[in-house]
Amino acid sequence: MGRPAMRILPGFSLTMGLTITWLSLIVLLPLSAVFLRSVTEGLDHFVSVAFSERALASYRVTFGAAAIAALTNMVFGLLIAWVLVRYKFPGRQLLSAVIDLPFALPTAVAGIALTAIYADTGWLGKPLADLGIVVAYRPQGIVVAMTFIGLPFVVRTVEPVLADLGRDIEEAAISLGASRWQTFTHVVFPEIRAALITGTALAFARGVGEYGSVIFIAGNMPFISEISPLLIITQLEQYDYAGAAAIAVVMLLISFSMLLLINRIQEHSRRKAGL
Amino acid sequence: MSRTAVKRPDPLQPSRPVALGLLVVAIIYVSVLLLLPLAAVFVEALRNGWEAAAAAIVDADAVAAIKLTLLVAVIAVPANLTFGVAAAWLIAKHDFRGKDFLLTLIDIPFSVSPVVSGLIYVLLYGAHGWFGPFLQEHDIEIIFAVPGIVLATVFVTFPFVARELVPLMVAQGRAEEEAALSLGANGWQTFVRVTLPNIRWGLLYGVLLTNARAMGEFGAVSVVSGHIRGETNTMPLHVEVLYNEYNFVAAFAVAALLALLALVTLALKTYLEWRHHDALAAAGH
Repeated sequence: MGRPAMRILPGFSLTMGLTITWLSLIVLLPLSAVFLRSVTEGLDHFVSVAFSERALASYRVTFGAAAIAALTNMVFGLLIAWVLVRYKFPGRQLLSAVIDLPFALPTAVAGIALTAIYADTGWLGKPLADLGIVVAYRPQGIVVAMTFIGLPFVVRTVEPVLADLGRDIEEAAISLGASRWQTFTHVVFPEIRAALITGTALAFARGVGEYGSVIFIAGNMPFISEISPLLIITQLEQYDYAGAAAIAVVMLLISFSMLLLINRIQEHSRRKAGL
Repeated sequence: MSRTAVKRPDPLQPSRPVALGLLVVAIIYVSVLLLLPLAAVFVEALRNGWEAAAAAIVDADAVAAIKLTLLVAVIAVPANLTFGVAAAWLIAKHDFRGKDFLLTLIDIPFSVSPVVSGLIYVLLYGAHGWFGPFLQEHDIEIIFAVPGIVLATVFVTFPFVARELVPLMVAQGRAEEEAALSLGANGWQTFVRVTLPNIRWGLLYGVLLTNARAMGEFGAVSVVSGHIRGETNTMPLHVEVLYNEYNFVAAFAVAALLALLALVTLALKTYLEWRHHDALAAAGH
């Protein structure tokens, strides 16, 4: 692939034109509108909405729940990826297909289904309530919904890296007397760490922005279980476009920094791998 | 990758109790987290029997929602298919500066909250948006109407096809196209007869993901739709309306229809990955 650039295939200007036009019309112009619109009522208005007590509480709820959900999926996603790659068992293909369910199932459907399960009359809500644990219409419910939608990100990011891992170094470690657990922590884990962090960050980012599966189970009480995307809609319903844009800008900036971080991690691990 | 002929015990053979334990934990986690909600959708939908569920689906508002969802998908999927193929051809078959940056820009919609994806169009085309007064003057409705729903849907499904095709087409290289051109085919013939057959399964895969998201999108569409029953409610929005009216059986009946769509998508996706693994391999499946 490392041959000199020869632009002999046709269609460069056509596809470049199409791509740039479509990208600008659908993504870039509308997104820049958010940034510009957020300050049209002045910086004071931006600060008073984006950093109001209620907005700050919503960031805490949103980012806190997304972090707990992502960390839960980090543990179980790694475990599931390991099982899928390393073990042969009947139904492996089925288990693998089911992992993608949160990608395929519309979020509103997931939202009402989770609510039905975890409400105090639901399949899990009832036994949990007997134990004194309430999930639905509480911040805990938000964590459950974000865990649901985040799982495939971790599994699908770790799985290919784990599958590509040469078994020879593990065999070497074992033949040198390392235990299975030592082999995992000292040999396997360093190889998949970057993928695991990336997958967890992707799950976190998805959780932060999530709306459909969360609002039904959240209870949506201001200061307690109100997520930031919902607060944007509340501002919009009061025709405070600048306020809605201000909260959106805070969320976008955090999402983009996450994206940058993920790229850095991947670049770093690529360089370490000598690619 | 030749296998060693001599059979010897695999030192990495998992110890049975550990393997079994991990497998059981994985299955329980997936069952409770993912399968239980799926089952709940169908159980709740059929709580009052098949007739009640069927009645909810043939209800006039539900039919209107189904039609609108199909209409939106019929516009959004081909639009992003065209864009995705153009972008993939540009990125995979040409050399130019800023390629990585362009890829990052194409990926943006994946990292934006669905609610923000809808908000951006309200800020532009809403009654109080930048182009709002102009649109009102000319009697053009975008927000709280079908065009807004289509725009928001196109935004959230923007990267799927390009994301699928770029790695695939990069891996396939340019030699076949260059050969076709040197034998006298024109650019379009080269694309249709050489490139398209090579990428068809990847293309189908991308379309599948685009379609599933287009029909199921909730947050972005919810912001721009205005929730006008029978007019601007897509299926997911109709589910929400019914649910908020405490019409649970009807809400879950329409939700079950969407869940069936998700199951069909997953089945087709798994089939493609299994049957045409090599044709998709470059994209990392």
